[in-house]
Formats: sequence, C-alpha cells, structure tokens
Amino acid sequence: MSTGGMTTGGMTKEGMSAAAVELDRVTKRFDETLALDAITLAIEEGSFVVLLGPSGSGKTTLLNILGGFLEPTNGRVLIKGADVTNVAPAKRPTTTVFQDYALFPHMTIAGNVGFGLAMQGVAKPERRLRVETALEMVGLAHTSARKVHQLSGGQKQRIALARALVVEPAVLLLDEPLGALDLKLRCQMQEELKAIQKRVGTTFVHVTHDQDEAMAIADTIVVMNEGRIEDLGAPERIYLRPRTRFAAGFMGDSNFIAGRVAEAAGGRVTVDTALGRFAVEGAAEVGQAVALSIRPEHVQAVEARGAARPLGIARVLESGFFGTHHQCTAKLDEAEQPFKVRLPQKESIAPGADLALFVDPADMVLLTG
Amino acid sequence: MAARPPRLLRHLPAMIYAALVYGFIFLPVAVLVLFSFQGSRIPIPPFNGPSLKWYAAVFSDSRMMDALTNSILVALASSLVSVVLGFLAAYALARQRVPMAGLIQGFLTAPLTVSYLIIAMGLLITFNAVGMPKSLLTIGIGHVVINLPLCFAIVYSQMGDHQANIERAARDLGAAEWQVLLLVTVPILWPALFASFFLSVTFSWDEFIIAFMVSRFEVTLPVEIWSMLRSGLNPKTNAVGSFVFLISIATVLVLDLIVFRRRKT
Repeated sequence: MSTGGMTTGGMTKEGMSAAAVELDRVTKRFDETLALDAITLAIEEGSFVVLLGPSGSGKTTLLNILGGFLEPTNGRVLIKGADVTNVAPAKRPTTTVFQDYALFPHMTIAGNVGFGLAMQGVAKPERRLRVETALEMVGLAHTSARKVHQLSGGQKQRIALARALVVEPAVLLLDEPLGALDLKLRCQMQEELKAIQKRVGTTFVHVTHDQDEAMAIADTIVVMNEGRIEDLGAPERIYLRPRTRFAAGFMGDSNFIAGRVAEAAGGRVTVDTALGRFAVEGAAEVGQAVALSIRPEHVQAVEARGAARPLGIARVLESGFFGTHHQCTAKLDEAEQPFKVRLPQKESIAPGADLALFVDPADMVLLTG
Repeated sequence: MAARPPRLLRHLPAMIYAALVYGFIFLPVAVLVLFSFQGSRIPIPPFNGPSLKWYAAVFSDSRMMDALTNSILVALASSLVSVVLGFLAAYALARQRVPMAGLIQGFLTAPLTVSYLIIAMGLLITFNAVGMPKSLLTIGIGHVVINLPLCFAIVYSQMGDHQANIERAARDLGAAEWQVLLLVTVPILWPALFASFFLSVTFSWDEFIIAFMVSRFEVTLPVEIWSMLRSGLNPKTNAVGSFVFLISIATVLVLDLIVFRRRKT
C-alpha cells in the first residue's frame, strides 16, 4: 500500500490536522537490512496510536527513532512542527515507558518520578507536589518512600508511567510496556492506560505485537510489516475492512479465497474463485489476481441467514472450545486451504462430521495487495 | 543393608583434611602473631610473653612510621586513580562503540597475567628513560598499573544491558551525560566500585616487588620491613608483620560488610 500522506485521523486535510508527530520518508538501515522503508506518517495531537506488527516489522525501530535513541538513515522527524531528527533524547519533548521499566533501583519511588523534573530544574516544593499528583494518578501515592524492589510488576509499570508523564511530554512513547505482565493484569492495565490517556490528553504512541491489546486501547492502529505500513486506521475499520492481506491475517484470523477479477464497474468487483463467483465492494482491474478475505465468525454454518450464499459441504478436521465459542477447521473439496469457522458456544461438532458453509458476500473483503 | 557409620565418623576424614589445610595456611601467621608478643629478643620458642614492647618499638620507630604513612598514602591514592580510570574505561567499552574495542580490552586486562617483576622492570626502564626520579609517585604509578586491570574487570563485569536501559531512561528524562554518570551509573555500580577500591587497597598495601624497585628514599612499609629483615629476625619484625596483616584483614572485613552484606538485601 502507498505510504504517501497518511494521517492517523483517517482523512487527510492538508494544513488542518494538528499533527503531534510527522514522519517524512523515514528510512533506517542496519548494515544490509532495511528496518524502515520510507515511512511517512502523521500522528494527530492527543490520539492513542498503536504500532502493531510482528517482531522484525520495524515498530520498535520507529519508536526508537521517535525517542531519539536511533537516528534515521534518511528522512525527517517533526514533533509539533519542529524538526527533531538529530536532537538527543534528553532535549526532545518525548519520554518513554520501557519494556523492562528501567526504573532507578537506587532511588525511592518519589526519587524516580521526580527525576525528570529535577533534570528540568523544577524547584523542590513544586517537584514534590507534581510527583504526588502523578503518583495519585496511577493510584500509588502511598508508595512514594519505598524502594523499587519492594514493588510488584504491575506497580513498577505504573511508576514507569508516572515518571514519564510527570514531565508533561508532547508525546509519550510506550515500548511493549505490558509484555511482562500476566494476562489478567495486562487487561486491567490496558483499561487504565486508556483512561489515563483520555484524562491527560497527551499523544501516546504504543508499540505491541498483541492485536487484542491494540484493539483494546488504540484510537488508531498502524499495522507494520517488514519496515512498511500495511494499514492504518481505526481498529474497527482495520478489522472489518483490512487493506492488505497481511493486515487481514495479523489482525485476528482470516480465511483467504484466491480468485481473478471477472468484471469491475462502479465500485463493485466480481471475482471468480474455485468456490464460485462473488460480487464484492472494491476496485480492481479485470483479469487481476486478487484474494477474498472472510473472518471465521462471518462464515455461517448449517443454515444461511440473509443474503448468504452456499459455499458447499465441508468436512470438519479439528474442533476446539474457546469459552465464548467453538472454533473448527473444515475442508471444502474445491478449496486449497481448510476454512476456519466459528460456531456458537453450545454447538460442538466432532471431527469427521459434514458442515454446510454459507457466506454473505457483504462480509467479504477484496484484497488486491 | 549395612548400618551407616555414625555421622561424626563419616565426616572425620573431611574434618581432618580441612584442619590440615587451614593449619598449613594459618599456622605461620599464628606463629608470627604469637611471637610478636615475645618477651625476649629472639622470636623462637619458648614463648615468654606476652609483652607489648615490640609494638611500642615499632610505633616509636620514626622510619617505620614514615613508611606506614607512605603506604597508606600510596594505597589510597593509587586505588582511587585505578577505580576512576577503570570505571571510565569500562563505561566507554560497555556503552560506546569504540573502534578496536576487543584489542583495547585485551591490553587493559593484560597486566593481570604479567608478573610483578616484569612490570617493575618495565617501569624502572621507562622511568629512567623519561628521567623521572624514583619516589612515592613512581610507586603509585606502579600500583595503578597492577590495579587498574582489576578495577576495570570488576566494574565491566557489572555493567549489564539492563543498566544500559536505565541510563537510557535517565537521558530520556533530560539528564545530561555527566548527570547520567553521577546520578545513575555510579550509584548503581557503587558496590562494584567499592569492592574494586578495597581490593586495590589490599593489593597495594602489601605489594613489595614494584615498590622496592621503583623507590629510593621514600619507601612503603613492605620495603621498610624488608630492609629490617636483612639485619636478622627479631620480634619487632613480627610485630610490624602482624600489624600489616591486621590492616589487610580489617580492609577485607569492611569490604565484606559493606558490599556483600548489602547485596543480600
């Protein structure tokens, strides 16, 4: 997909969006490997942006370039309109919440949170007040005299957040901050992060490889792969109408049906596939090889609802219970890949059984990339 | 199934072995200390003390006291220089991209493998060549040569990646490079710095060969003891030897109390 002129606000209105961060064709090369390939991206002021991608996708490199820990090989980084491409971390209006927290083990909690203010030369009485406020924000006011090693993982996480936010950065960078927490605590921290972000209104740029986390917290998700932006937009849009095959596969499960464009006119495309002919929304050229993506929960089993069309009878290969639903894989004779199908909670099905599959073409997404 | 021999019997060989090893190590020291309290002029049995007169003799010997002052001065100063230089070298090699880092690290630690005699000879030749007179300064330089590699190795081994990230956090929060060093790196490395300082002090305190070869009028305590020994054994040498030993032990104890106890918490 093109990397030109993308805004996290969705629509680009030149000169109108107040961009907290602008990346202009940022490229980073490590010896032979291209970690970032001419990334152009604008991040709107006050938004919660999640950089989502597998390891090696360049998301952490991008975060390090924003924080000033790495310099791009090419391109420019602007924060609130000022060029900071070659500005050291200490002089940037950004702060970072590190994955391993990186708290100062020899200082008290108050000392940790007040460090940035002390570096700015904020006088002691004011510093104490602001540290107190920051600790209250994360619900840890009672810990200010403790040492770092006396805190639990979740508490350390909050202190790291308070320490980074207390200096009122223009942009807060979060480097997989919830990676070390257990699932329950992670979900709780996601909610808290989101609430704190809404309260302080600071622009958050958060890196993760966890798509559930991304969907839970982001205003805007930037899906990255191999140093490029694959898709960018609101979580719902990316999940329901992914722009690339990678985005469709990385954000949740998807089934892909390969096909060729038979007709294309007026924003609708008819695609010939091994499972039949489907008319879907989108634009493509006649004869072009494309794929249709369909989410497991959109594949209808047993009986069709609404405008759903039959795909055929599939044989169930595997089936598993996931609490809220059953998920099974079922193979259609005509299809190369088995289909992932989501069945209701109380409808279990054994491997070897036959299952009639239906799909509503409106749920299908045309992927040309 | 045969009954196991009683516990005491089973452990007896190990206990005898341990007693022999410790006896071998500590008996000479014990004898040295014991006969420093000898009443008569010769430090051989029978023991006819205890008497403190030899200690009185040592502490009223002005040459001995000068040497003691010199030793303390050289030990503290050379250890301080070794720790500072060793720390800076370790910081640079652990945190910066230094060209030929492997080679530099090799050269830094190489003196650990060279005998003191060779180092002393090398220093002597160098000092002669550059026209530097033998003095406490030359002894101090010699002790920095032997202790810097040790300090570097200890500090370098404690500078992990996790700490590098903590330093990044400090920079991120606006700390200048000197503030990162003074407010974050040094306090976190405090135990390692302390340990290397005290180890350096103990090594410098009883180092003889280098101190002997690169000194002339101002000498350190081991050199003074050596010149005293040339006129034959007497309980005064025992007394000063015991004193040197006491200081070494005290230093190690301080090190243990401050550094290793702290780490356990």
